[in-house]
Amino acid sequence: MTNYIIRRLLMVPILLIGVTLIIFSMLQLLGPVERSALYVKDFPKNDKQIQGIITRYGLDKPFLTQYGIWLVGVKDPVTGERDGGILFGDFGYSRSASQDVIDIVRNRFPNTVDLALWTVYPMLSVGIWLGVKAAVNQNKFIDQAARVYSIIGTSFPSFVFGLLLLMLLYAGPQIFFPGKMSDWVSQLIFSGELKQYTHLLSIDALLNLRFDVFWDALRHMIMPILTLSYINWATYVRVMRSSMLETLRMDYVTTARAKGLSENAVINQHARPNAMLPIVTMAGSSIVGLLGGVVLTETVFNYPGIGKAAADAAAQLDVVTVLGLAIFSGAILIIANLIVDVVYAFIDPRVRLA
Amino acid sequence: MTEQPEMIPTGDNRMLDEVFSDRKITWLEKTLGTDNYRIVKGLFKTPASIIGFILILIFVLIAVFAPAIMPPVDKDPYKMPRDGYSGEPRGPGAEWTRKVPDLPFWYEPLTGKTEMTHVLGTTQGQYDILYGIVWGARTAFKTGLLVVAVTVIIGVVLGSIAGYYGGWVDNIIMRITDIFMTLPYIMMALIFSAVLTPVLGRSLWPPLIAMTTFGWMGYARVIRSDILSIKERDFVLAAKVSGVKKNRILFKHVLPNAIFPTLVLASLGIGDVVLSFAALSFLGIGTEVGYADWGQILSFARNWITNLDRYWYIVVYPGLTLTFFVMGWNLVGDALRDVLDPRMRGKL
Repeated sequence: MTNYIIRRLLMVPILLIGVTLIIFSMLQLLGPVERSALYVKDFPKNDKQIQGIITRYGLDKPFLTQYGIWLVGVKDPVTGERDGGILFGDFGYSRSASQDVIDIVRNRFPNTVDLALWTVYPMLSVGIWLGVKAAVNQNKFIDQAARVYSIIGTSFPSFVFGLLLLMLLYAGPQIFFPGKMSDWVSQLIFSGELKQYTHLLSIDALLNLRFDVFWDALRHMIMPILTLSYINWATYVRVMRSSMLETLRMDYVTTARAKGLSENAVINQHARPNAMLPIVTMAGSSIVGLLGGVVLTETVFNYPGIGKAAADAAAQLDVVTVLGLAIFSGAILIIANLIVDVVYAFIDPRVRLA
Repeated sequence: MTEQPEMIPTGDNRMLDEVFSDRKITWLEKTLGTDNYRIVKGLFKTPASIIGFILILIFVLIAVFAPAIMPPVDKDPYKMPRDGYSGEPRGPGAEWTRKVPDLPFWYEPLTGKTEMTHVLGTTQGQYDILYGIVWGARTAFKTGLLVVAVTVIIGVVLGSIAGYYGGWVDNIIMRITDIFMTLPYIMMALIFSAVLTPVLGRSLWPPLIAMTTFGWMGYARVIRSDILSIKERDFVLAAKVSGVKKNRILFKHVLPNAIFPTLVLASLGIGDVVLSFAALSFLGIGTEVGYADWGQILSFARNWITNLDRYWYIVVYPGLTLTFFVMGWNLVGDALRDVLDPRMRGKL
């Protein structure tokens, strides 16, 4: 076990270096003027300034030297202040959003976490439930329906589904809303009446015992939650169904039946827990995916998360910002994947022996 | 107690029949080889996959006969004709006043009118939706085929080098593959397109290059594992002992026997590529405004979300088109997954 964890930990720096190298190579396609946003706020105005920036931040140095500068930044010899340096959390300055990239992350990431938090449960529970139902009733109506659903579900692009939801639930009837919160809630936050303990709006609302705020937060999140769950259900149903079918053919299930257990007990206590293993694997990666920023869903619903920020910056061709956000979500993905892998190793001994 | 699950999946008996009857070997089986023939046969097996093929065929026909279905107005047929400059979408059946195309063959018999109208309405900027959908089918196949072809080549080259030579070469290539796989696909494709757009200008190329750069890893993995199993076969050993050179064994003996599943898998990847391409267009990256491309038509709808109940046609028609396209490939892909699943071997 320790052996496995050490091996897995050793992969992390390799992945981090690889990911940063890929992203840094992309930055090299930009001219020095655009790249200067990595270190300075203002757009350089004349040739002299550009020259100054190039020499100061070594923008004409060889690739690896520049990579090093990009990682640790440049220290001002007089003031001792550091410019740039992604290792210190300085991802550069976003000229399209007029703020530091790290501030975008700070403002937007809690919203992404908030959404992920409320998506995990419906996504997993309904998918698993439907898959079990389909397997238990193999080739009956509910099974056929689940299979048709899983094909339609994997084919429906999330942004088309999102637009249709907006059409049905927002445009006419105004039941649910896009965005993050209503104006009165943002005023509450601005006036300091709603204390922000965690910066996750729904959790803060509960901690403040403001259920009206909580309801408002949910009304803004339900459509993205539905969209994200909907896509994932389709795959969960398929995987859970086939895994469950396989488990139901095992000898120990027959034994459980033979000793006279009720069908419910056989399914819920004997078959289902063992059929869950592939789902655990998938759940890990979908949760990681939710944290890494769901670009399309957030954009359709104007939900101000990391993914929407990346999409906005990309649409304005603000490369420094997008790449900064990409490094952040890449790092999140690598760390989250590490946690997931270690958890699997605990659950499934076959993993750590492989 | 409810009904026992079936112990033997249906279709299993056929295997026995096949083994014990002296089955005729068709010319197709002869040319493809038994394993590959099994894959092709499996693809046409279920009603679902046949519906999938029909959907794909319909889109192929639309793409091929696009000039007859919607006669082009501009010199560049991919530019959607603009009927005025008003921002507000107009509903199905709206009059077509500016840049009117010739009446297509189906128009009079189907609608009974002799004046051209916007059959499916117009979207923001007065682009005809039907025109965009019809010519968008061409864009879809163009992008899909191109990206799939290039990603397959990259994947096959890297995967077969890794699988065949093994050792540290394998290790390095597969670690690079791992690193690329860590990155979220849509986000990276979006970012790389944004990086390339100032360099190459707004066109099909930035998203195409970006999707290729981050899309080859799956094929590399599949071909690698197939090569790993093929290279242990007896005929490879026979080639080795008869003194054939290593490279020649790879290209003449191993690769031709290993590549078929990857090729089929790849051809079904067209649906995914088109979906991602549409997603990038939807996010506002890629082709210039007014290019016939499904994602872009949908992206216009982003400005009208408060009124989508009134302007439903700007979402429903292009959205369903894209969905049916992807569904066609998914239905066939589903059948393929069943065939390629090793547990299903010999069951068709």
